[in-house]
Amino acid sequence: MRYETPGTIDSAVALLAQEKGRAYLLAGGTDLLVRLRGGYIEPDLVVDVKRIDSMRKITAEGGGFRIGAAVPAAELGEHPGVKKLWPGVVEAVELIGSKQVQGRATMVGNLCNASPAADSVPAMVAAGAIASIVGPQGRRNVPVEEISASPGKTTLAKGEIVESILLAARPPHSGDAYLRFIPRTEMDIAVVGAGVSITLDDKGVCKAARVALGAVAERVLLVGPAADALIGSKLDEAALNKLAAAASAACRPIDDKRGTKEFRIKVAGVLARRAALIALERARKS
Amino acid sequence: MSQVHVTTKINGDTTEYLCEADETLLDVLRNRLGLTGAKEGCGTGDCGACSVTLDGRLVCSCLVLGAEANGREVRTIEGMAHGETLHPLQRKFIEHAALQCGICTPGFLVAAKALLERNPDPTETEIRYWLAGNLCRCTGYDKIVRAVQDAAAEMRKG
Repeated sequence: MRYETPGTIDSAVALLAQEKGRAYLLAGGTDLLVRLRGGYIEPDLVVDVKRIDSMRKITAEGGGFRIGAAVPAAELGEHPGVKKLWPGVVEAVELIGSKQVQGRATMVGNLCNASPAADSVPAMVAAGAIASIVGPQGRRNVPVEEISASPGKTTLAKGEIVESILLAARPPHSGDAYLRFIPRTEMDIAVVGAGVSITLDDKGVCKAARVALGAVAERVLLVGPAADALIGSKLDEAALNKLAAAASAACRPIDDKRGTKEFRIKVAGVLARRAALIALERARKS
Repeated sequence: MSQVHVTTKINGDTTEYLCEADETLLDVLRNRLGLTGAKEGCGTGDCGACSVTLDGRLVCSCLVLGAEANGREVRTIEGMAHGETLHPLQRKFIEHAALQCGICTPGFLVAAKALLERNPDPTETEIRYWLAGNLCRCTGYDKIVRAVQDAAAEMRKG
């Protein structure tokens, strides 16, 4: 195995594109090193992206924030600007692993690991986050919901790297939230996760919404009908019931040791409703 | 496989070593540098027994490559006491009998120190959440939490 630390994104792309063997990107390493040490992967090349300046930074952009792919979760959680603008995304990132894991794990790593149960992904999808990808053919910007294809598989082409995530500016009266169910209070993998982002008009009527669910399908789902249930309402009981029903209807989960199909379908509706109420509270205050 | 040459700072001392590209920082510390305070409990980032700080961030050294430490600053349990003088956390762990077999103890101490540097007056809940990534299978957590609270109180007095 070769270990490389390119100083620019272009040299990282070139290293990946030219490698004939198995090449892997190293950001936080909290997934990659577990697989490496467990013998699940045998890389010929590991490209560490943490020496690339553009990927190490959180920068203000157009009223929003661009989060570099190598920014660890702990750093994101300490950033007052991102926390204020997108509290749901930050709370989702902060649910990943322990403090030790937070010191290394990155939001983009969570995305590109392509686990359907990744905590930060439903929150990013609800936030309408955009991934900025650099590859041998140049740069392209893609909504985060298009990155994961199936468990462990992404839609990225050979040599492509997600350089950063854009969390855009928000209109007034906007709020987001993320909730997950785990059988204990800390250090576990989501049985169901729900991210909700809404914007209200001056009268408190919901004029835009996005709802995303994790761990209920082969990848994180953006659920249009669940968002439609909120738009035009004041998130009254009838709208929340419609939201919950639409969220449950979108689920196509598996049965596993963490939860049954029936449980996941039911809980998806419950969490979507509760996350919507937290987002509403935040939207009213912003 | 060609080895990687690394220059880093460990507990304030400039240190050089050669390591394999796929070797963890934990293995470098223990097997090449003789710093056996950090332990391998799980090797998957679940137990915290290998906790160190890397550029001031609490991390599991089993999930860091030795090669990644180049140009960075590592702090381990070996750097916690000043000569024969124990850090207040170390003293309070002994006073409260917050250890039995001791495998998890270096990780708990390194993690607790990182907490108190950020938050000198944590609540019991904050301590328990912060230490959720450190597992102890014999003492139980109550004595550990009390030792951290007591050390924090002493350190606040200066």
